[in-house]
Amino acid sequence: MSKHKRTENKLFQKDILLVALKDSFIKLNPKIMIRNPVMFTVEAGTVIMIVLTAMLAFKPDPLQGSVLYNFLITLILFVTLLFANFAEAIAEARGKAQAEALRKTRQDTPANLLINGANIKKVMSSELKKGDIILISEGEIIPSDGEIIEGIATIDESAITGESAPVIRESGGDKSGVTGGTKVLSDRIKVLVTIEKGESFLDKMIMLVEGASRQKSPNEIALIILLSGLTMMFLIVTVALEPFGRYANTPIAIASLVALFVCLIPTTIGGLLSAIGIAGMDRALRANVISKSGKAVETAGDIDTLLLDKTGTITIGNRKATNFFNVNGMDDNIFIRYCAMSSLADETPEGKSIIELAKKKGVEVNRSALTGEKFFKFTAQTRMSGIDMKEGTEVRKGAFDVIKKLVLDNNNEVPSEMHTIVNKIAENGGTPLAVTINNKAAGVIQLEDIIKTGIQERFQRLRKMGVKTVMVTGDNPMTAKFIANAAGVDDYIAEAKPEDKMQYIIKEQSGGKLVAMMGDGTNDAPALAQADVGVAMNSGTQAAKEAGNMVDLDNDPTKLIEIVEIGKQLLITRGAITTFSIANDIAKYFAIVPALFIASIPQLQALNIMNLTSPQTAILSAVIFNAFIIPLLIPLALKGVVYRPVGAEKLLTRNLLIYGLGGVIVPFIGIKILDVIITLFKIV
Amino acid sequence: MNTEILSIIIIFIASVITAYPLGRYISRVFKGEKTFLDFFAPLENFIFRIAKINPDKEMDWKENMKAMLTINFIWFLWAMLILSLQNLLFWNPDNIAAMEPTQAFHTAVSFMTNTNLQHYSGETGASYLSQLLVFCFLQFVSAGTGIAVVALLFKGLSNKSGSNLGNFYNLMLKSCTRILLPLAIVLAVILLINGTPMTFKGAEQIITLQGDTVNVARGPVAPMVAIKQLGTNGGGFFGPNSAHPFENPNFISNIADIISIIIIPVAMVSALGFYLNRMKFAKIILSVMVVGFSGLVIPSIYYEMNGNPEIEKMDISQPLGSMEGKEVRFGPASSALWGIATTCTSNGSVNSMLDSSTPVSGLMQMLGMQLNAFFGGVGVGFINKFTFIILAIFISGLMVGRTPEFLGKKIEAKEVKLAIIVALMHPLIILGGTAIASHIWSVTPNAGEFLKWLNNPSHHGFSEMFYEFSSSAANNGSGFEGLGDNTPFWNIGTGIAMLLGRFVPVIGPIAIAGFLSQKKYTPESSGSLKIDSGIFGVVLLSVVVILGALLFFPGLALGPISEFFSLTH
Repeated sequence: MSKHKRTENKLFQKDILLVALKDSFIKLNPKIMIRNPVMFTVEAGTVIMIVLTAMLAFKPDPLQGSVLYNFLITLILFVTLLFANFAEAIAEARGKAQAEALRKTRQDTPANLLINGANIKKVMSSELKKGDIILISEGEIIPSDGEIIEGIATIDESAITGESAPVIRESGGDKSGVTGGTKVLSDRIKVLVTIEKGESFLDKMIMLVEGASRQKSPNEIALIILLSGLTMMFLIVTVALEPFGRYANTPIAIASLVALFVCLIPTTIGGLLSAIGIAGMDRALRANVISKSGKAVETAGDIDTLLLDKTGTITIGNRKATNFFNVNGMDDNIFIRYCAMSSLADETPEGKSIIELAKKKGVEVNRSALTGEKFFKFTAQTRMSGIDMKEGTEVRKGAFDVIKKLVLDNNNEVPSEMHTIVNKIAENGGTPLAVTINNKAAGVIQLEDIIKTGIQERFQRLRKMGVKTVMVTGDNPMTAKFIANAAGVDDYIAEAKPEDKMQYIIKEQSGGKLVAMMGDGTNDAPALAQADVGVAMNSGTQAAKEAGNMVDLDNDPTKLIEIVEIGKQLLITRGAITTFSIANDIAKYFAIVPALFIASIPQLQALNIMNLTSPQTAILSAVIFNAFIIPLLIPLALKGVVYRPVGAEKLLTRNLLIYGLGGVIVPFIGIKILDVIITLFKIV
Repeated sequence: MNTEILSIIIIFIASVITAYPLGRYISRVFKGEKTFLDFFAPLENFIFRIAKINPDKEMDWKENMKAMLTINFIWFLWAMLILSLQNLLFWNPDNIAAMEPTQAFHTAVSFMTNTNLQHYSGETGASYLSQLLVFCFLQFVSAGTGIAVVALLFKGLSNKSGSNLGNFYNLMLKSCTRILLPLAIVLAVILLINGTPMTFKGAEQIITLQGDTVNVARGPVAPMVAIKQLGTNGGGFFGPNSAHPFENPNFISNIADIISIIIIPVAMVSALGFYLNRMKFAKIILSVMVVGFSGLVIPSIYYEMNGNPEIEKMDISQPLGSMEGKEVRFGPASSALWGIATTCTSNGSVNSMLDSSTPVSGLMQMLGMQLNAFFGGVGVGFINKFTFIILAIFISGLMVGRTPEFLGKKIEAKEVKLAIIVALMHPLIILGGTAIASHIWSVTPNAGEFLKWLNNPSHHGFSEMFYEFSSSAANNGSGFEGLGDNTPFWNIGTGIAMLLGRFVPVIGPIAIAGFLSQKKYTPESSGSLKIDSGIFGVVLLSVVVILGALLFFPGLALGPISEFFSLTH
């Protein structure tokens, strides 16, 4: 299993900060600003204040307050805008830096273009087109994403995955995909270029994190509508207050109205919303998952059913030999030796594990030491493999029913002890491999799936999130059931064929569930496309990668769990900061409303529960708090609210206490402190 | 405990308990299941036959809304016609004149929208024909409209798929015949027994003990009072409404009236529980409403029973509490309960002069209409609440890490857009209307009678204007009075306010229900937001209170809050 490289998590790097700072000013352009309706109204308010302050500078009006006071309000509004822009800019810059780091791996590299199947032409990778065929030899960098059509090679993918162990990629199978920027360590492969320049996943990812082409996800759009609605409401409140004030013989200064408006509208979430969305995709990218859209990350949070391949996700790699049972009466070591010998020609992981186990037991066999032995490879017809020794001993191993037949056909008996062992192994989720020596029942090798440590806890977590886990395996139902129980998955598909996955997904979806799966093979492609979140392994075929809506660079099947959590985190962060933003309004009201009317209705002083010094300090404190809460929350927006799978009710209670109640209390404290400071330094 | 307080607690609990079986019955009516009132069927079928309506036709939300608007428009024309010609028509023993056009418009809209804001006085402004065939008739059908639309909403929420929300005509008629009519008969009989008149004779002349001759207005009062309470209409037969001894003769009729005001709005919540088979969710909604209601009614009762501090300063003892504008036969506690019940349910009938309530009561009454989410009008009450539910679900749904969903259906941009438009309408009407009124008032210092509608400017005058628009927007219909409101500005202004306040909050949620109905259904999992949990109730209450408070706080600060602090500080 690969461990993915975690790019260092420092939030603010110097170069990123500089880029973000510059972008914050560029984003002041109203044409860009209008994409964010909440902040656009703040910009409109700022413009009004700039004009007003300029006018007051020439013709002071006691009703509107001092020029300094108006200037300060204008300045803070301007800073509010910059902070909001900065939040978005820094999220973009971080995403870009992340993508750029990946893109560096694919600088223009030379490529050997195969023309008419024979001639080789040296071109640069930037000249490659989809459908071109290229040759890559040992030590060369793969110039483009593609699919191996001929050959097998070991490839170093550490540049994109951070995993140092080389991987094997070969034509024909499900592991035929290669990624541009990775390096061929051995052998020579012929690769079909499968993408046009600028269309690789990395290119798409970079485009996604760059604001310009970033499509807002459906939930984000819905939230923007909600926030715009709230903004409209508070616009109505503020505009109506002007004639209310005149009726009450308390004309209200324009600065106060603008300040009230800006304080009431949800600028905190308005300023941080796009940063949250970008950061979500960025977090996925940091987990080495490239999502093709923000929507996919969001959908991941909604997943109801997870389809997980047994091998690699629930169990470590393939089955392993874990025990030898000798029923022949011969010396144990000799029995083990025969077992190991018969596996020498067996290239399968199971075969290798038998040799390893024998070695552990002190019996070492070596293929090079053998001469003249005859090997029998496993075939679908015989369903067994084996070896004929030079001295004539015949060793066979295979499924119990085949071996039993072999023994009985040769008029030998199958001891009841063997039956017992075989049944016991099967009951415990293992696979019994029966062994005969000279057609006599000799013993059983126990093959077992090793369930990953900690996987039970992860499934527990998923269950608490309300996600149903389904194990997909080629094993027989009995084994599948055992492993499913041991690992704690909710359901399993045994003896699964690719179309079974598809059927399962369709069945779940017809019940309204959202399904996520991971796959690599071409025959997984339809299911990947059908699933609501389809994660293709980067090593997988191009078809699989195109069908899915995410690509996992690490080829790590457990990543699905992480993806679901990233999705949930994204949604929670949105909800939490929205709640915080709205809850803040209560304190701001208690600061501003008494300040507006106190001149003519002194009894409203009773509402000044924070005991703020003067109307001007009160309004300034509220506006400053409103501005500075944005940068203070940027780290939260970028990192996301911590997600704990404790069940919906507890989660809601927890988040309400922190962000709802906290959102009510924090500004009371913040505004009071700011008021004390402003009073102390006699700023206004 | 004070018997006065005990009595109102018993009244309130009694209405909530009786609402429970009523809700089950209403749910059966909505679903077209068997009820003991099925003998009305021939009458209903007869009406459908002559109106050429097929009551079994399945209609989607658009067709239903078209039906609702069409029939409402016809009712409006009918009302305009009779009110403008009542002087020429029969059943007019007191020779009451025709209504002036803006007043006729206002009155027609007012009764059609279930508001019953009255800029006329019943004794002198409406003939018996208008009282019965316009007011009483509209009080039935406008309430029936409200109940029918909530039935459409329930159907939309219960649908796993498809766009059929039921048939508006069928639901509307059955709401009248199966729900409103039987209850109204019961209440009318109770009122008759207690002394409410029912006659077509004109005003009676009597000579008082002092020897003066007075004309005592009377008429077919009992049926109108019954439906005005049950249908959250509130439009009284007489100007003083239920403070008038003929409308509300004694404490027993007062109890019957209060129960009638809240029983159907409360029953709608249990009907929701029965209809969707989600009693726990209904209980949460009911709890939120009861908590909100109590939050308004308790301070109101407290301040009414404690009297006016200004009067206390004059060394006048107030053993009964604040009795200004109250009827001795009801007392301050029961008047305060009525005041909050009538404003929370968008009923609008009054048994005391709200204008004379203490500032805190005035504040709570206004909040009742501005929040408009605790019980609310018949049918439309839950529809108003529904908007808040959608918004609360959207925010709290995110906080559990899923895209928001309600009853297994995703809440997306389209639904949020509609919900927010509906939510916007309320402050737009109330604040916008009051702002225009304040503006006109402040720019025309020497205006004639048409623009000088306030007798007591200052905080209280502001409250009167604020109240009038709140009452219109919430389709409540009570008045703070003291406002010279029978002028073209107020007639047309509040007329428009009532129309927007009625139809936007109905069409929006029904459209949402229509959209949700067609969406893919996702069964709940342990990761889904539990809408029947206490914590969701907390969110819902917070959304209602915070949103409402944020929108109306500045206005309230200028009105009742300022007045309150001037009294005690």
